[in-house]
Amino acid sequence: MTATSEIAVGTELPPLRIEPISRATLALFAGASGDHMPIHIDIDAAKAAGYDDVFAHGMLSMAYLGRLLTDWVPQEKIRSYRVRFAAITPLHAEPTCTGRVTAIDDGVATVALTVSLADGTVTLRGEATIDVR
Amino acid sequence: MHIDPEKAKALPLRPIEADVERGRLRFFAKATGQRDPVYSDVEAARRAGHPDLPVPPTFFFSLELEDPDAFSFLSELDIDMRRILHGEQSFTYHSLAYAGETLVLRPSIADVYTKKGGALEFLVKRTEVTRPSGEPVAEAEFSLAISHPEVTA
Repeated sequence: MTATSEIAVGTELPPLRIEPISRATLALFAGASGDHMPIHIDIDAAKAAGYDDVFAHGMLSMAYLGRLLTDWVPQEKIRSYRVRFAAITPLHAEPTCTGRVTAIDDGVATVALTVSLADGTVTLRGEATIDVR
Repeated sequence: MHIDPEKAKALPLRPIEADVERGRLRFFAKATGQRDPVYSDVEAARRAGHPDLPVPPTFFFSLELEDPDAFSFLSELDIDMRRILHGEQSFTYHSLAYAGETLVLRPSIADVYTKKGGALEFLVKRTEVTRPSGEPVAEAEFSLAISHPEVTA
């Protein structure tokens, strides 16, 4: 955990590397998150929608990126958190979550966030604002 | 077929009363590889100054899904489930929520718009999360992308 007083523009968050995403990961996340969309857990449903296989829930990556934030500052310091899902996360992918402070205004730091895969694909881009007063 | 924006915005989405359960938060922590004990061990949470396990940043999305019909607006608007992807998601936070609390979630469809000459359509759903007293906890915004391959931009 970082003391919020030490946060400056350009500060990089310690990257968070995630274990390869398995079918079990997706089954567990479907149950725990309440998102039972079959496209993420049932290969037949995925194929019917034109995909080769199931793929990860966007909200799983957003939860990983949330861990990057709460590993870095206490959760009550997070003012807002938003993401755009840029690409799907295939099975067996190994996401890495990164973040960098891009601005500090009036005691609020803006952090640019990214989830990328081993092949360089960016699956998610986002931004969080953190209270650093 | 595209969504009728007026019909969508007028669609009454019912409020959801969700109990935040410790066991569910532990399951969510396990499923997301969470190693920080604050999110699964009540004693660790208390040592960190919390009254109970905190609701993690993205879990409000899951609380809304406590209503088994949370996605029924998709069929009411004739949206093809095979053509949808989660486009964007955002949260604004006012105070932490904890296991043992009951939260009220009020969703509404805020916007419907198209891009790329109609080949891509977006539906935006906003949800206010409050305590039963009305005290604000968070707001969530869910943006769904619907592809229309029949439209060539």
